[in-house]
Amino acid sequence: MVMAAEPQFHVLAVDDSLFDRKLIERLLQKASCQVTTVDSGYKALEFLGLREGVEINDPDAVSTSPVIHQEVEVNLIITDYCMPSMTGYDLLKEVKESSACKNIPVVIMSSENVPARISRCLEEGAEEFFLKPVRLADLNKLKPHMMKTKLKNQKLEEIETPSKVESGTVAAVVEPESEVEPKQIYLQVVQQEEQTVSNNKRKSVEEGLSTHRSRPRFEGITTAV
Amino acid sequence: MDAHVAQLQMQYRNYILSLYQQGFLDDQFTELKSLQDDGSPDFVAEVLSLFFDDCVKLVGNMARALDQTGTVDFCQVGANVHQLKGSSSSVGAKRVKGLCINFKELCEAKNYEGCVRCLQQVDVEYKTLKAKLQDMFNLEKQIVQAGGIVPQVDIN
Repeated sequence: MVMAAEPQFHVLAVDDSLFDRKLIERLLQKASCQVTTVDSGYKALEFLGLREGVEINDPDAVSTSPVIHQEVEVNLIITDYCMPSMTGYDLLKEVKESSACKNIPVVIMSSENVPARISRCLEEGAEEFFLKPVRLADLNKLKPHMMKTKLKNQKLEEIETPSKVESGTVAAVVEPESEVEPKQIYLQVVQQEEQTVSNNKRKSVEEGLSTHRSRPRFEGITTAV
Repeated sequence: MDAHVAQLQMQYRNYILSLYQQGFLDDQFTELKSLQDDGSPDFVAEVLSLFFDDCVKLVGNMARALDQTGTVDFCQVGANVHQLKGSSSSVGAKRVKGLCINFKELCEAKNYEGCVRCLQQVDVEYKTLKAKLQDMFNLEKQIVQAGGIVPQVDIN
């Protein structure tokens, strides 16, 4: 039961080194995030429900897709660059190419300062590129990125279930005032997204957020982010 | 008893400061300490333990790679150095990190003698650090057993 006023962000951390996983986990916990760590890009894709390129929004795949993706919301993926078999860049690409997960912000970490590598990742859609060792101050920079997905999901929830909306609910920044557990809300959102993805609902919402400001009450929130 | 605790605390402070001044530790170690709290009271000890396990493993790998009677796979050695550089950097093990930077260059230059020498230095260095940190933890234990609190040491 999430009662805290401050939003709980869930971060998926990917690193093949146990040592680095321990470090990033502690850092994220200290930054008040929920953390799931995995040791490879493949496991990350599995967790996200994107394993082997089978996307959740494929109508044939929905019934056989792993339950995990539908219950757990990931607000950020932070991944090491240098990993055997699947690099952080490969993972970034997979995530950004999937309709279900492309909006999840991805951050790359590397112990090497290679400008070409950095720009390649940023061009592919990574939000940030951190040089290791990552510090708490670096992670605090990520809150606005994670806030974006949370707000987006809340907005989708509002669109899909208008009866639940109270005028003050969304204007307040991510305060879970409704009686429904936030997790359940996201579950509804994800399920409905999957069913209506062909309507490109998510796409239009996205465009609404970034361009038209079709829903004026959101303006303050997005610009604040 | 208070005087004893105070003395231990001062000893501890001086010891920590000397570790920084002599270049064994850098501010990344300070960062690690700041991540430790009541919820994770053994975080630093756990991370250090993982780091030293890594050292044993990586040094072993490198020794084997350099021990080849045929051609030495410098890429293999380099890959291990890279890993060690990463973890020493993340833990604040300044001297070990510094050695790794040299080591990397020696691997790239395929300098066999240089690599062997450097590996020996790395071996000595991480073991020295391990002993020093053990002394530090022992001092912490003594302070607590004497009824005192382990002081936060301000490096600056």
